[in-house]
Parts: sequence; structure tokens; C-alpha cells
Amino acid sequence: MHIAEGFLPWQWCLFWYLAALPVIVYGVIKIKKVTEEHPESKPLLAVSGAFIFILSSLKMPSVTGSCSHPTGTGLGAVLFGPSVVSVLAAIVLVFQALLLAHGGITTLGANDFSMGIVGPFAAWLIWKGARKIGWSTSIAIFLAAVMGDWLTYVTTAVQLSLAFPIPTFEAAFVKFIAIYAYTQVPLAIAEGLLTVVIFEYIMKLRPDILVKLRVMPKEDPELKKIESAVA
Amino acid sequence: MVNKRAILLLAMVAVIVIFPLAIYNGKGEDQGYFGGSDDQGPEYIESTGYTPWFHSIWEPPSGEIESLLFAVQAAIGAIIIGYVLGYYQGQDKERKRRKIEANSNEYVDV
Repeated sequence: MHIAEGFLPWQWCLFWYLAALPVIVYGVIKIKKVTEEHPESKPLLAVSGAFIFILSSLKMPSVTGSCSHPTGTGLGAVLFGPSVVSVLAAIVLVFQALLLAHGGITTLGANDFSMGIVGPFAAWLIWKGARKIGWSTSIAIFLAAVMGDWLTYVTTAVQLSLAFPIPTFEAAFVKFIAIYAYTQVPLAIAEGLLTVVIFEYIMKLRPDILVKLRVMPKEDPELKKIESAVA
Repeated sequence: MVNKRAILLLAMVAVIVIFPLAIYNGKGEDQGYFGGSDDQGPEYIESTGYTPWFHSIWEPPSGEIESLLFAVQAAIGAIIIGYVLGYYQGQDKERKRRKIEANSNEYVDV
């Protein structure tokens, strides 16, 4: 999903910067607020960022015969909300743009919009929705992470089709979806499974923080089960 | 305690990664396999006649350096997750130990 340096006309670079910046600013404010209110959530914030660091560095093979990488943003989106993830993703994207020539500074706005905003926002919505209709935490976190990952790549395809509608937007979209979104399907599923593993771990060891961050209600039956297993 | 469920899920991830390697076994970059989708996008865009107007300020001078930096990125993430979850695991163990101790003391008092 990294649009390479210089591979968007400058008008689009500016457009995506303007679209991403307000969310990042709001995310910074939210990080300040949440770490002041709940200082004990800081290690989880670090874990959310670290998860994005690892997953976005793993370029994995896909059944389409090409390679791509997961995003790792679903976990942070569920724990802290999408705006916080837009900041974490921006840190990773700057690291990769400056040190790895992967992505770019001119395309940072566009890349953060797909990986740090659309993906996490979708993940967060799916988590909320799936929980509301009573699906288990594991299923909800799986779906959230899978769709957050996949929709990031769909967003990249949309962004490139908008910038290069050759010959038409539709034709370009078919081409870019083939490059990005098909490859991503198995990787998104892999990311979903990995996110379930780490989330279940956190749920087992520190359910109290999940309650404080209002990820799960105190009276959640799954948390009650963990509590009674301890006693 | 070994978490069987976590191992099963991780094994599924391994299968997802190994499967493409198995079906395209023997094929490599020269035949057009296992290239990055992040590289195919720019290739296609260049084929439409577009030339990028800005280039990376610095690029890793070789594949070795690039893989070094990617490994550093993953290592930074892994050490943080390992540290925090390990710390939580220790806290959890201690909490349980105290609980058991407190319970056994009650029995002694009675």
C-alpha cells in the first residue's frame, strides 16, 4: 500500500495531506488525553505501535504469486480508536520513507490516509458492530483486523485510480485492484489470526485495562469467565 | 502453560505463508514471481508514461542494507511486545500466587 516517492501528482499529494492532517492532530490530542487519564494504558499503546512496526515490515508471499505486507493497524484501532492509529501509522511510514525508501515523504499523506485512517476506521467500526450484535471478541477482532488490512489496500487502489484514470477511472481501478487487493486477501487473513492471538493474550493478562479503555464492558461474560478461572 | 489455541492460530498463519511458496516452487523473481505489489504499482504507472517528480532523499545502497533495516524495524517491534507481554505475564503470575496464599492463610486462621 506504500505509494512510492513522487508517484502521485503534487495536487494529489497535497489533497491527501490535507485529508490526513486533521485526523493526525486529533489523534495526538487523544493520545495525550488517554495517557493522562489512564497512564497504565501506555504499555498497550507501545504494543499497538510495535505491532504495526512488525507486521508492516513482513513482506509475505501470496497465492497471486506476488508479495505484500500486512498493516497491523486493527489492534490499535480496537484498543485506542482509529485517530490514535493514524499517529502510530505516521511514525512507521516516516521511518520507512526515510530509511527504507519505501513509500515517501510526498506520498505520506496518501499512505497515512489508507493505512492510518481508512483501514483503522473500518476495523474500529466492524469491531463495534460485531460486538453490538453479540459476536464473540475473537470473531469480532478477527474480522476487524482482516477488513482493516484489506480496505487499506483497496484505498490505495482507489487513490491511484483517481490520480491515474487511464483510460478511465474504472479501467484503472480494475488494474490497481488486481495488483493490490487480490494479493492482500490471504495476508489480511493472516493478520486477522495474528491479531486474535495477541488480543486474547492481552484479554487474559490485563482485562482491567480493556475495561478502563472501554474496549469491553466490565460485565462482559468473557471477562467474567477469565476472572472466575483465576479464582 | 502452553496456549494450544495460540499455537493452532500461528500454525494457520504459517500455512498461509508456506502455501504460495509450495505452489510456485522453483519459480523466482526472474520468472516474475514473488515481486512486491508495492513495486508493481509504480511499474504500471510508469508504463502509462508518468515520470515521478520527486525521488527518495536516501535509498539503502543494496538489498543487504535494506533487509538489515527491515530486520531492525521488526526487531524494535518484537522487543517492545515481548517486554510488555512478558511483564504482564509476570504480574499475572504474582497476582495469582498472592491470591492462593491469601486463601490458604484464611484456612490456617480458621
